[in-house]
Amino acid sequence: MAQIEIENVRKVYPGGVEVIPDLSFDIAAGELCVLVGPSGCGKSTLLRMVAGLEPITGGEIRIAGRRVNELEPVERDISMVFQNYALYPHMSVYDNMAYGLRNRGEPKTTIDAAVRKAAKTLGLEDYLSRKPRQLSGGQRQRVAMGRAIVREPAAFLFDEPLSNLDAKLRVKTRVEIRDLQQRLGTTSIYVTHDQLEAMTLADQLVIMNAGRIEQAGPPLEIYERPASVFVGGFIGSPPMNFLPCFAGAGGVETATGQRLSGDSPAMGDVTAGVRPEDLTPDAAGPLPLHVRVVERLGATVHVHGVLEETETDLVASLPGSDAPNPGEVLRLAPNPGKLHYFSAETGRRLG
Amino acid sequence: MRAKRVTFRHRWLPYALIAPQIIITLVFFLWPASQAIYQSVLRQDAFGLRTEFVGMANFKRLFADPLYLESFWTTMAYSAMVAASGMLIALVLAVMADRVIRTATAYRTLLIWPYAVAPAVAGVLWWFLFNPTIGIAAYAMDMLGYDWNHYLDGGDAMALIVIAAAWRQVSYNFLFFLAGLQAIPRSLTEAAAIDGAGPVKRFWTIQLPLLSPTVFFLIVVNVVYAFFETFGVVHATTSGGPGNATNILVYKVWRDAFEGLNLGSSAAQSVILMVIVILLTAIQFRYIERRVEY
Amino acid sequence: MIENRPVLNIVQHVILILGVTVFVFPIWLAFVASTHTARDVNSGIPLLPGDQMWENYAQVLGEGLSTIGAPPIGLMLFNSLIMALAITIGKIVISLLSSFAIVYFRFPFRVLAFWTIFVTLMLPVEVRILPTYEVVAQLGMLNSYAGLSIPLIASATATFLFRQFFMTVPDELTEAARVDGAGPMKFFRDILVPLSRTNLAALFVILFIYGWNQYLWPLLVTTDESYYTVVMGIQRMANAGEEQPLWNLIMATAILAMLPPVAVIIGMQRLFVRGLVETEK
Repeated sequence: MAQIEIENVRKVYPGGVEVIPDLSFDIAAGELCVLVGPSGCGKSTLLRMVAGLEPITGGEIRIAGRRVNELEPVERDISMVFQNYALYPHMSVYDNMAYGLRNRGEPKTTIDAAVRKAAKTLGLEDYLSRKPRQLSGGQRQRVAMGRAIVREPAAFLFDEPLSNLDAKLRVKTRVEIRDLQQRLGTTSIYVTHDQLEAMTLADQLVIMNAGRIEQAGPPLEIYERPASVFVGGFIGSPPMNFLPCFAGAGGVETATGQRLSGDSPAMGDVTAGVRPEDLTPDAAGPLPLHVRVVERLGATVHVHGVLEETETDLVASLPGSDAPNPGEVLRLAPNPGKLHYFSAETGRRLG
Repeated sequence: MRAKRVTFRHRWLPYALIAPQIIITLVFFLWPASQAIYQSVLRQDAFGLRTEFVGMANFKRLFADPLYLESFWTTMAYSAMVAASGMLIALVLAVMADRVIRTATAYRTLLIWPYAVAPAVAGVLWWFLFNPTIGIAAYAMDMLGYDWNHYLDGGDAMALIVIAAAWRQVSYNFLFFLAGLQAIPRSLTEAAAIDGAGPVKRFWTIQLPLLSPTVFFLIVVNVVYAFFETFGVVHATTSGGPGNATNILVYKVWRDAFEGLNLGSSAAQSVILMVIVILLTAIQFRYIERRVEY
Repeated sequence: MIENRPVLNIVQHVILILGVTVFVFPIWLAFVASTHTARDVNSGIPLLPGDQMWENYAQVLGEGLSTIGAPPIGLMLFNSLIMALAITIGKIVISLLSSFAIVYFRFPFRVLAFWTIFVTLMLPVEVRILPTYEVVAQLGMLNSYAGLSIPLIASATATFLFRQFFMTVPDELTEAARVDGAGPMKFFRDILVPLSRTNLAALFVILFIYGWNQYLWPLLVTTDESYYTVVMGIQRMANAGEEQPLWNLIMATAILAMLPPVAVIIGMQRLFVRGLVETEK
């Protein structure tokens, strides 16, 4: 159990490219923190700096209160699960898990006990003598996990560990990782670009964009109060709808003059955001949706279309029973209190 | 020249790792090569007592020397014949072997032997086969009305070393042609067959064009081989004779240095050979670069 | 095969069998000659093996051709083996180490070192015969195993092959090893070398044949018969002055001289073919 502190961390590559200008946040002991963001946002770089695989340009990283900037990966008491697992292809499953312990000069009996325990936890007992190429994708992933847990480190670092699995296995393994992490209570950092993975796994969710933190906090809090247009559009599926609006003394109006709300968060141009599931059919609603495509998912229906006149794209997620047909015009109203306002200039949340 | 994205850091280890290779290269490659260049602009008197700087005189003399020019053209003709005959025979055999998948490996096993035979030994084997008095091939030629004698006839001697040199190289070419042919996707030849192309037409329109990188690569390799690696063939058999009919450049460098003791001229010849290797290597590497792009 | 044309098939096999026959014929004839007496061979070539095999081979292996001052072939074979193995192992070891340095470290003069090694590719021994001989003579390495092998063990080809292979080893493997606490040499020994096994084996075949078949170099640096190698020894026998060469014994020597490399190439055919095609890429 160890706390990880990241303080004013900066990363500039030798070519002069600054990927992380200045970044600070803490991860509480035993917590699973997910770093999520589009590719190139710096999440993997940050993880690799914590691991010691990438030099830290500025600032400080502490694991369990100890500054680790200058330490080799092996001295940081961490273990890592790589995207492609990075199993040693010429070693058996047993040797893959034992290699790190052997390098630390642990006695043979200790190593054997640790490997067998980890193999038991992951259901790998029958595969210990196999080579990685004789295993399925899911099994390889488990061996990579086994190699991480066998050392009982202060922290686990996961670098997109599920991206090489098929969709079904990914969901199953996601649950297993969460379960394992909770049982072991090991502080973890998990990097992914999949918002669903991020939402389901995280104790703390850190959303990154262009080397900065857009928002950090518990997943539901972020879902309910996205701090920016970027976060609103990134978290949630289908993503949040955005409408350019004008806020005046009388309330907020859409570009076509339809009144969305009586209260104004600010004055001037704003961006209103509303999640697809927060729209309800209402004959007097302010949003006339020209329906184009209807996706029937059973429990819900996704209605895709454009708003009349402005041609703004909009998606509504409705209960499975009231599906319109393509070509119809469906008037929608946002549910009370479910409108989010963002500055039209900065994209930051208003109010 | 790229290194890994992930590298180790260590102050002296990389130097220690690379030192053996570098030291050997400096002592046995770069130093002698620079000595050759240095000596090529000097001339020693008959007793080796005095040396003087003569600039390009050694080179000028070489290019004015009919013996050297003769050797130069002999080498050109020789390498062209070795490369052409070795590749042509190998290509025919590879195309045949490629079409009989099941037995291709068996044929390959039989055909790769000669590659293991040293050029000098290959020379002796064919020397024996064509021996005018006891050789079976010479006997067969005699039956056909040709009086073969490589001791007296320069053309016969040349044919002999070409055969001996090409014999060994056919194995090598065969392996590359076969690998190249087998790398051509089956679906391509199948598509051509559906389009109505017969086996011969398929060879000319599909297989040969797709094989052209291999062909080009092998031309360079075979020329390099004929130029530099067949010293043994000549030395063990014709010794450059009769006359100078098989006196190829590499053999001449050796003979002028160790038998003629003409250091300046031998050094100048070495420098010319170096220029030729560098040109051939450059061609080879342009080819490799091109291939990387695909 | 796409279409089934019996005639075409037969033609193919005929051509192939003809080709193979022509190819193997010199070796067959050498073997036949090595099993007859000198007189039989000189009075017209027999096409089938005779009964002198053991006598001939025993003579070349044991006594050698004392009449022309050649040592027993047994010793020459041993010398060839030492030279071939020293060249092979030496080339592999120094190339492994130097390509490891070039690929896995960044250090000043790295590119210069790479080009220095590259130059060896352009300077085969044949083009720098005399000065190289002088260097070896000055170092007192004439007539020694060191002189036979060390000047030939710098290898750009092997270095390139390993470099190319190391570049394909995933970076994550190196990182995983670092997280597992493996330093550079541990990584080299535990991960990189075991991963290079196939390349190592293939290169071994190619380099062994290269080393065994060396001719010009042993010719230059050995004047002492006890360091003669078998490939150059044959030449001494074939050009033994004015008298009629003893073809049966020369051919027995030729067979013995080609046996080790042929055995290696046939025995490790798969590795060899793969290695050859990959090395030259």
